[in-house]
Amino acid sequence: MVKHIISTRDLERDAIDTLLDKAITISKKWPDNRPLQGKILGLLFFEPSTRTRMSFESAMLRLGGTCLNLGGPEVSSVSKGETLADTIRVVNGYVDALVLRHPRIGAAQMACEFSRVPVINGGDGSGQHPSQTLIDLFTIRESMPLDDIQVGMIGDLNYGRTTHSLAYALAKYEATIHTVTPDGLGFPRSVIDNLADMNLQIIQHQTIEEIVDELDVLYVTRIQRERFPDVASYLHVASGYRIFPELFDNVTKNLIILHPLPRLDEIDPGVDSLPYAKYFRQSDNGIPVRMAMLTDVLG
Amino acid sequence: MKGEKYRQGLVISTIKDGTVIDHITGGEALNVLRIIGITGTTQEMVSIATNVKSTVMGKKDVVKIGNRELSREQVDRIALIAPRATINIVRDYDVVEKKGVSVPDTIIGIVRCPNPCCITNAGEPIQTRFVMEPRGLVCSYCDWVLSCDITSHFL
Ligand SMILES: [Zn+2]
Repeated sequence: MVKHIISTRDLERDAIDTLLDKAITISKKWPDNRPLQGKILGLLFFEPSTRTRMSFESAMLRLGGTCLNLGGPEVSSVSKGETLADTIRVVNGYVDALVLRHPRIGAAQMACEFSRVPVINGGDGSGQHPSQTLIDLFTIRESMPLDDIQVGMIGDLNYGRTTHSLAYALAKYEATIHTVTPDGLGFPRSVIDNLADMNLQIIQHQTIEEIVDELDVLYVTRIQRERFPDVASYLHVASGYRIFPELFDNVTKNLIILHPLPRLDEIDPGVDSLPYAKYFRQSDNGIPVRMAMLTDVLG
Repeated sequence: MKGEKYRQGLVISTIKDGTVIDHITGGEALNVLRIIGITGTTQEMVSIATNVKSTVMGKKDVVKIGNRELSREQVDRIALIAPRATINIVRDYDVVEKKGVSVPDTIIGIVRCPNPCCITNAGEPIQTRFVMEPRGLVCSYCDWVLSCDITSHFL
């Protein structure tokens, strides 16, 4: 059976743990036997995402495989009106596995229904982003066990797919999520309902100060300028969701601060030197985690 | 004689051959016709009774369609808006088959996803797929929950 990685909601906890274990093994000792030599990974990106694309590419090269950049809409047949389903069927002949990034929710789910080779979801609209979530979990697990943790999420949780994906995964580890968001940028209704079905507790807070001292993990996200009618209203709202070094004066020693990057100005650079700041570490972890995902579907 | 009941018991005329859909949720008869594709311009002979007194349901609607038997897929559609409906297939004035409707666990190609960002609304060669859950119909592609006004989303 062809193995796909589409959503952290569908992945069993055991499967997540296995992937994370594999990533730990890889991060401790880089595989030197080029396990994916001769394999070709197709990168099919319909939305710009340099980071995700480059880190999958780097992970594949480190495993001894090669990458084929299948391009975005401007270089592919999509601009001639080809459906995604047809594109998937055609590029199946070129590659051994695919990473797909697409603006529509459910694109990766559909792609795997048409694909004979493994599909890894590299982000589908405001849907899922499982590789980022595995990186987040991996980084948390470097500092603490994943069970029963208090996770704060601040910023835009409506459009931010990384937070949806992470929340679904955390539900499997009985976490509690504390949210701090501007009006209208909380979790979408469907995500709240799904999380409730999974018995995940979500507690909303007005300010980050209210809760920061009790958190194990603080997950910071970008509030995008394009969500606001003008720069002034963006600046006005976003300033309330920025984090500063003083915020962390009384936090627990084990707290870690994560951010999917790139950041705008939601994290003051003064935070970078605090021992809690793990977002660059998190970014580095992208390579072993993606290597684990690739060996999992191609191995 | 099973047919006897239908000749005498109902406020609308009997049919010789066709389908009687009974115990439709009160007021939903016209929606039932719409979702099985019967409009004023189709050929079937149709009688409708709305808000008929029912000992079990209080009020119910009844629809009779001459010379037509419903497919499984059409029956499934009815289940979505009238879960207590019963389907009676009539041949030569006798009810030859009586079946309840049951809401399928997965509803394929019947309801359109209201989420404009969903891949099912992008002209791809796929059918919509919804899973029936207690909170409503959940899109298998984008997780959108459709909990009210399902009729206006029928394809
Ligand atoms: Zn949908």
